[in-house]
Amino acid sequence: MKANSKKQDASQMLDGNRAAALGAKLCRVQVVAAYPITPQTPVTEALSEIVERGELQAQYVTVESEHSAMAVCSSASLVGARTFTATSSHGLAYMHEMLHWVAGTRLPVVLACVNRAIGAPWNVLNDLQDSMSQRDTGWIQMYARNNQEILDQIIQAYRIAEKAYLPVMVCYDGYTLSHTDMPVDVPSQDAVDGFLPPYKAHTILDPTNPKNYNLVTLANPRLNAEGVLCHGYMEIRYLLQEALEKSKEAIASVGREFGDLFGRSYASLLWEDMMEGAEIAIVATGGLAMEAIVAAEMLRRDGIRAGVIGLRVFRPFPRADVLRALQGCRLAVVFDRSISYGNEGTACSETKAALYGTGTNMRVHGFIVGLGGRDVKARELAGAVKRTLSLTDRGALNSESPEWVCEI
Amino acid sequence: MGTRECGHICGESSPGIGEAGKTGEWRDSRPVIDEAKCTPVRRNKPACFLCWLYCPDAVVSKTVPVRIDMEYCKGCGICAEVCPVHAIAMVEEDNSRS
Repeated sequence: MKANSKKQDASQMLDGNRAAALGAKLCRVQVVAAYPITPQTPVTEALSEIVERGELQAQYVTVESEHSAMAVCSSASLVGARTFTATSSHGLAYMHEMLHWVAGTRLPVVLACVNRAIGAPWNVLNDLQDSMSQRDTGWIQMYARNNQEILDQIIQAYRIAEKAYLPVMVCYDGYTLSHTDMPVDVPSQDAVDGFLPPYKAHTILDPTNPKNYNLVTLANPRLNAEGVLCHGYMEIRYLLQEALEKSKEAIASVGREFGDLFGRSYASLLWEDMMEGAEIAIVATGGLAMEAIVAAEMLRRDGIRAGVIGLRVFRPFPRADVLRALQGCRLAVVFDRSISYGNEGTACSETKAALYGTGTNMRVHGFIVGLGGRDVKARELAGAVKRTLSLTDRGALNSESPEWVCEI
Repeated sequence: MGTRECGHICGESSPGIGEAGKTGEWRDSRPVIDEAKCTPVRRNKPACFLCWLYCPDAVVSKTVPVRIDMEYCKGCGICAEVCPVHAIAMVEEDNSRS
């Protein structure tokens, strides 16, 4: 299979934004609606040029805001078009309401989120606060560590979205990925066509068979005009949760199939590096998981058996996979580039919650790092792990609140 | 037998009367027409119908005499506001009504 894919793939030097645009093009998206915002802007520019040159049969809808961009994607998806948008930071925040509408309508829209810090104060550099703040909207969230994973996961996102009827957000770090060139294997159009069948909408607006969507749905189930007992609000929301939980299976099977066809497997919802025999797990999301690998290598050289769990998929949260990966560890150090203010780092809470009720004595300690583009060096991560380990061994570790790596 | 049987995965319905339920149950006060004042009745011909035009729920008939469908009238009172001859009064509903 690998030999085959080598024949199909052409290696190109691409930055993350061009990898995302190319991914959307290879998926033959039919409607693109996006509003430019730093650092996502080159995605919109690349796609508008691709459409303008006639390389993609798509409607490129210029809109006045991100809220409208998502509204256009919602409508287009409802009439059976494969849709794509991209945004960052304040743009994603502005889209927030429509993210709920799209998930609630179970529309398989795919969004590239180029992660950027959110104001105040103004900042254009990377952290994950923008997408993590959209955690509860009902979207699948996948994170990339490099530009290959951006391209690959956008292609998989459509398969997953259109199978589960759920929207998917593919998130990648602003600048460190979006504006950094890396070699990316670009699959051929034929290969992607073979992997991704045309989009089939779950329901479709049709003038000959008129329907109302998202009508006022009050608390209780009700009989419709045909006398059929229909969902109340709560039943529709139950189905959304059920779909997210079930989508774990789809994400893994689509990732496995992608691996068979293209030689790069995504069968796991996590990235696991050096976890075999590890007694200390470093947990991180996105590009930070790559830096954590370098830190773990440093720790291993110093005789500390460290490994890395990267959260490739954040929603649905891979509870069982995290539990399995943490088996045999005595300490998990979670590095977050986002925080739930007043509590702790986003992934730290999730990791602790996954362990609840297992009777484990494992310690979980959280660090907040790299907000607003603050550089995170592997040796700082390794140093933080060593400090935590030493406090743990002395029985002096206080994990009540996250530790901030900053100069306050 | 749960609602799963309907087969929908999002809020969906066919256009039809009462798709949002019997909204008349929401009513706090009801419009009562004084036919002695109502223009179409007084002139005995189709006329005026501002209540029909302005009703946001389309529950007012364009007939002589004018009729209001109380199963769906939410009692908003717009008809009473727009009636140029003040033929419609909003009368408080009996709260013990089922």
